[in-house]
Amino acid sequence: MKDENIYLALVAILAPLSIAAIGGATGIYAPLQHETVELRQWMTPREFIDLFAIARLAPGPGSMLAPLIGWKVAGVGGALLATLALYLPSSMLCYGAARVWNRHRGKPWHRAIEGGLSPVAAGLIFAGILALLQLGETGPLSWFTVALVAGLLMWRPKLHPLLLIGCGALVFFLLHVAGA
Amino acid sequence: MDHTPPVPLAKIYGLFFRIGLFSFGGQLTAWIHREVVLVRGWMTNEEFLSGMALSQILPGVNSTNTAVFVGQRLRGAWGATVAITAMLTGPFFAVILAGILYKWIIGWHGVQSIMEGVAAVALGMLARMAISTGQSAIRGVMPALAMLITFVAVGVLRWPMLWVVAVVAPISVLICYFQGRRDEG
Repeated sequence: MKDENIYLALVAILAPLSIAAIGGATGIYAPLQHETVELRQWMTPREFIDLFAIARLAPGPGSMLAPLIGWKVAGVGGALLATLALYLPSSMLCYGAARVWNRHRGKPWHRAIEGGLSPVAAGLIFAGILALLQLGETGPLSWFTVALVAGLLMWRPKLHPLLLIGCGALVFFLLHVAGA
Repeated sequence: MDHTPPVPLAKIYGLFFRIGLFSFGGQLTAWIHREVVLVRGWMTNEEFLSGMALSQILPGVNSTNTAVFVGQRLRGAWGATVAITAMLTGPFFAVILAGILYKWIIGWHGVQSIMEGVAAVALGMLARMAISTGQSAIRGVMPALAMLITFVAVGVLRWPMLWVVAVVAPISVLICYFQGRRDEG
């Protein structure tokens, strides 16, 4: 294992995860940790947790953890390769599905699938919110913020999210400084 | 079918680049929904939602799948390539920059509270999207029931998402199909 090419190893870890990760990015964290920390010992558990925190801090999908790991073990080339390995296979599959799907727009069965799928999608979004709110050590302040932001955006749909994010960060930070 | 002029690739690139770069706290799908459906009107809510359901069922990250779907719908293969590339460009460099600066970032105590604030706002955006999708999806008792069953099974009971969708979606679609035929006939 010691002589394993690090680029090949990145692809070997991430490309299968791309196709296996059904239901979003949360499914890739555990196998990624197992492969990079326990099996290949590229980093300590502590370093992995730090990288996880960094990936969440930066903008973009949480799965950008993979390029970050690629960068840590093999520089910018590793990051680029990790990005391709993680996103290319699933994107090509999705492209194929989207192409077939969008080609049949307007047909009665297509309208039926669209109308039948959208309430299921809405149910999944609500389920996702519930899962995320239960996940962290979210206090009443977080619940209140979620409700407030949702309400503000219903009232003023074009309010820019960056403004809200800036205000949210500032309020939470000030409360932290104030010792709340 | 529709005679609206195609959306220029440069506009797709610009939009998805901004979404990727500014989407602090995750929840990129809510950003895409806001920009593509609410602000720009490039797609209808139902079109977007069916694509989102597709993105969730298919393997891969939901938000990048949604970008591929929207890009494909707007401008075919080039649209899909441009959308996902643009959306990942900003985060790619941002995450490396954060990796370089991480000793300073992690050591700073305020960072945890700031991240909590950012995450709560992002979740609020998702909640707003859930409310508007709920409003448009519920056109009667059956769609409302489909939404409720999906939510309870996946969110409350924690049943595997794929199995729930595999059972609820076909029933919901069949009901929709026969209602459509009845309305026409």
